Amino acid sequence: MKAIDIKLWRELWNMRLQALAIVMVIVSGVAVFIMSLSTYDSLYETRETYYQEHQFADIFTALKRAPLSVKQHIQEIKGVDQVQTRVISYINLDIAGYDNPASGHLISLPDNSTGVLNQILLRSGRLLDPNRDNEIILSKEFANAHNLMEGDNIKAIINGRSKKLTIIGTAMSPEYIYQIAPGAMFPNHKSYGVMWMARTPLASAFDMQGAFNHVSLTLTKNGNKEDVIDQLDQLLKPYGGIGAYAREKQVSNQFLTEELKQLQNMATLFPIIFLGVAAFLLNVVVSRLIALEREQIATLKAFGYRNTDIALHYSKLVLMITAFGILIGIGVGTWMGHAMSYLYMNIYSLPYMLYQLKPDIIAYAILITVTVAMAGTLYSVRQAARLPPAQGMQPEQPVLYKQTLIERLGLQARFSQPSRMVLRHIERRPLKSLLTILGISMACGIMMVGGFQKGAIDEMIKVQYNMSQREDFIALYREPTSQTSLYSLKGLQGIEYVEGFRQVKAKLSFKHRYYRTSLNGIERNSQLSRLLDRNLKEIYLPENGVILTDYLAQKLHIKAGDMLTIEILEGNRPTLNIPVAGTAKQYLGLNAYLQRSNLNQKLKEGDVVSGAYLKVDALFQQSAYKEIKNMPQVIGVIEQESSISGFYDTMNDTILFFTFITTLLGGSIAFGVVYNSLRIALSERNRELASLRVLGFTRGEVAYILLGEQGILTLIAIPLGFVIGYGLCWYLSINFESDLYRVPLVLETEVYARAALVVIVSFILSASIIWRNLARLDMVAVLKSKE
Amino acid sequence: MPQTQFIDDATRVFQVKNITKTYQMGEVAVQALRGINLELFRGELTVLLGASGSGKSTLLNILGGLDTPTTGQVLYHSKKGDIDLSHASEQELTYYRRFNVGFVFQFYNLIPSLTALENIAVVTEIAESHMTPEEALEMVGLSERLNHFPAQLSGGEQQRVAIARAIAKKPDVLLCDEPTGALDSTTGIRVLEALQKINRELGTSTAIITHNASIAQMANRIIHLADGQISQFYENEQRLNPHDLSW
Repeated sequence: MKAIDIKLWRELWNMRLQALAIVMVIVSGVAVFIMSLSTYDSLYETRETYYQEHQFADIFTALKRAPLSVKQHIQEIKGVDQVQTRVISYINLDIAGYDNPASGHLISLPDNSTGVLNQILLRSGRLLDPNRDNEIILSKEFANAHNLMEGDNIKAIINGRSKKLTIIGTAMSPEYIYQIAPGAMFPNHKSYGVMWMARTPLASAFDMQGAFNHVSLTLTKNGNKEDVIDQLDQLLKPYGGIGAYAREKQVSNQFLTEELKQLQNMATLFPIIFLGVAAFLLNVVVSRLIALEREQIATLKAFGYRNTDIALHYSKLVLMITAFGILIGIGVGTWMGHAMSYLYMNIYSLPYMLYQLKPDIIAYAILITVTVAMAGTLYSVRQAARLPPAQGMQPEQPVLYKQTLIERLGLQARFSQPSRMVLRHIERRPLKSLLTILGISMACGIMMVGGFQKGAIDEMIKVQYNMSQREDFIALYREPTSQTSLYSLKGLQGIEYVEGFRQVKAKLSFKHRYYRTSLNGIERNSQLSRLLDRNLKEIYLPENGVILTDYLAQKLHIKAGDMLTIEILEGNRPTLNIPVAGTAKQYLGLNAYLQRSNLNQKLKEGDVVSGAYLKVDALFQQSAYKEIKNMPQVIGVIEQESSISGFYDTMNDTILFFTFITTLLGGSIAFGVVYNSLRIALSERNRELASLRVLGFTRGEVAYILLGEQGILTLIAIPLGFVIGYGLCWYLSINFESDLYRVPLVLETEVYARAALVVIVSFILSASIIWRNLARLDMVAVLKSKE
Repeated sequence: MPQTQFIDDATRVFQVKNITKTYQMGEVAVQALRGINLELFRGELTVLLGASGSGKSTLLNILGGLDTPTTGQVLYHSKKGDIDLSHASEQELTYYRRFNVGFVFQFYNLIPSLTALENIAVVTEIAESHMTPEEALEMVGLSERLNHFPAQLSGGEQQRVAIARAIAKKPDVLLCDEPTGALDSTTGIRVLEALQKINRELGTSTAIITHNASIAQMANRIIHLADGQISQFYENEQRLNPHDLSW
């Protein structure tokens, strides 16, 4: 090795703790980049492969009932490739040993097959025998959640009658990668599952022989999605079609797409912060090193080293630190990407995970990190290269200090000499002070992101389930039924309150924008389905007016007073024009509400309901549920509470892990910035401080001058960090917005406190290391050696 | 002003013609050199004497290609051709220093993170024809301490390492700025002996800056500088060995 390179290694070793602090920040940036992008690629590729291998459809639609002959007409639509018709029914389930509501979708499979489109992947057992009417294949998740195996039985309420079904296999499906009950906020594999039954027995059980109620299809290469959807809707209108939708709007796929979007967000936002801070730290450390080595640079030049040799020398130092960061970052990122991908494989029901770390991601990570690091140190390295050798031999000019703003304001009498030194030092290099503050603020901000998730979910649950939807159960009816049916529900033991609702599928449009969703007819002063304004105050439905989810109104660009066109997709399919009365704050789904009596009237039907919200005494919930699910008009019962508590159980670990990681990341930045700043201040002011010690200052008094400056910067950085943290969380919440959910921006005091605490602890840790260094301040040597 | 003698070109190393140097120190212009004319000769040992601020370091820096004069001309003569140091580009000056000049500084300027041997290697690695670092250290009598770091060496030893570093590349010119300035007399004499040995054995033209007048007694030629000008210039008929100098 060349002597000049040996110098580099030795210097790196001497500043190892400082370098390590920077390496940690680079590792964080690179690891998050690699992790999120490799997980993105893995999830994306796995999804695409799975979809392709199992013929996941491009377009889906549900309808009431159509004869099988219609399939031929669908096939003839231009752009349609393969068509699969199915019978799908929502059913109530009865699982031995599980007393809470359980329901699922029963889906037909062509006899002796895994399906044409949306093929299932058999994980255990065998295919269905069309001649047996009691065989089902159960989704693997549901089977696992209840410990069910081949040969076990479950009971289902089919067409009002309880029927024993035998499990002959378990399977997964590309259609249910994210298995979530309709209208639910979280997946709960205990309360909701998917199962498959052979077409013949299923059709006969639901009186659907020679008919179907669901279509999936794939497009030809040149098939136009919009055209096919339009024609399909026209074709299925007479059969109760409720509107076709493309793969992008298929619920399971949509959740996965949102997840992918978030990974991309993570891949940009966090690395930018980390690498920005790393560049700043490199700049500070390298400029100080160069300042310390002025004479060495001049000597090397005196002996004939070129400017480029010097530039290369210091660039190598930057590259060495960066290389360590990149290498470890790639390792950590790959490990984290693996872990995260497999976590996804389990959260989403994916049969496998094709983990991949594409070489171009590594190349980008290297390129970006090196560029940022070099850009951060370019100025100092250039200064070093351009240092005139004769000038480098001279001692540096004493730094010019000025009276600070506070002193110029006439307040100097209030400050002791050491305090003035602290203030003047801060003001002398405002940019450096500012960047130090910004760096610490970023640490504070990143830690707040870790705490933001939990607060947001708490708030979503509070608003959605404690304030807005306050029922214990929702009973769904098979058909719209007279509201007198509610009396039979009210009569059950433990029922405290019952409220009927009418729900129809509808296409809402305003100008050229439209959205398909449920139109909900609820009571004017509904107690169990309350609408809230943006301040979470209850709002009431007017005689004739519709209230929309705030995000839906935003999507349709419609405001109160505008006329909304509502095309009902059921029954006689009337088109209504109803003014928008207002918007309601909702974090889940997109809905429209009007008075039930008004909706009944508009649909020219009697006083009918589609189901009921029920409030049930906690003591009688299980018995009430048993009775309700056995009522002939009830097709399903939905209950949220167990889903919520189940979600919290699984989520708590994830949140804890995420909080731990962000604390570590934020802590690495805070320590990196504070320690390096202190270290450099000590090196710059070594002589000054030693002189003060000679003059009789105590170690504490000297430490005050050194630590006071950093302390002030840290104290300024914390509130600024709160603002940055709030901004980061706001940015994330905006990016999380989707039709499925919106994430509220709620930051609890605890979140601020934890972020501030980690910053303060980082400061104390750095300060204590420096305190020990101060003890070794060599007064004699410092004063003897030349400046 | 004393006139320089006219001697055959082949024996001249430097020809300095009426150079000035002005530094801008903030708002004040400081004139460090005010019209210097001078010639230095091959293989000779020249001592530049003068008080602090007399301009001797500035002159040495210009001869060494570390700095350029504000006006005037400096010519360097070598077997490979002449270089006009006053009008050379930065790169030309760099290569001039790399291949022709060895420096010794008052405070040694060793690289603290490199051992004695490595401090020399750092220079020989970029030089054309050079001795090995071990040979250079041998010449200054430090073969025993080649793996010591600067902090593990005494001042005199450090300065001898610095000399070894300067001569390892067999420079034509050796420029020493107060080489004994930071040393006690005994150590100083050892350093001067090393310099004399190099001058004699390798024939390296050597210029030594000092404010210690007694050192002048070992020189071939003595130049006195005062206030940026040459006040005296003379040859020394009776050269003394360093250990005979009265310190």
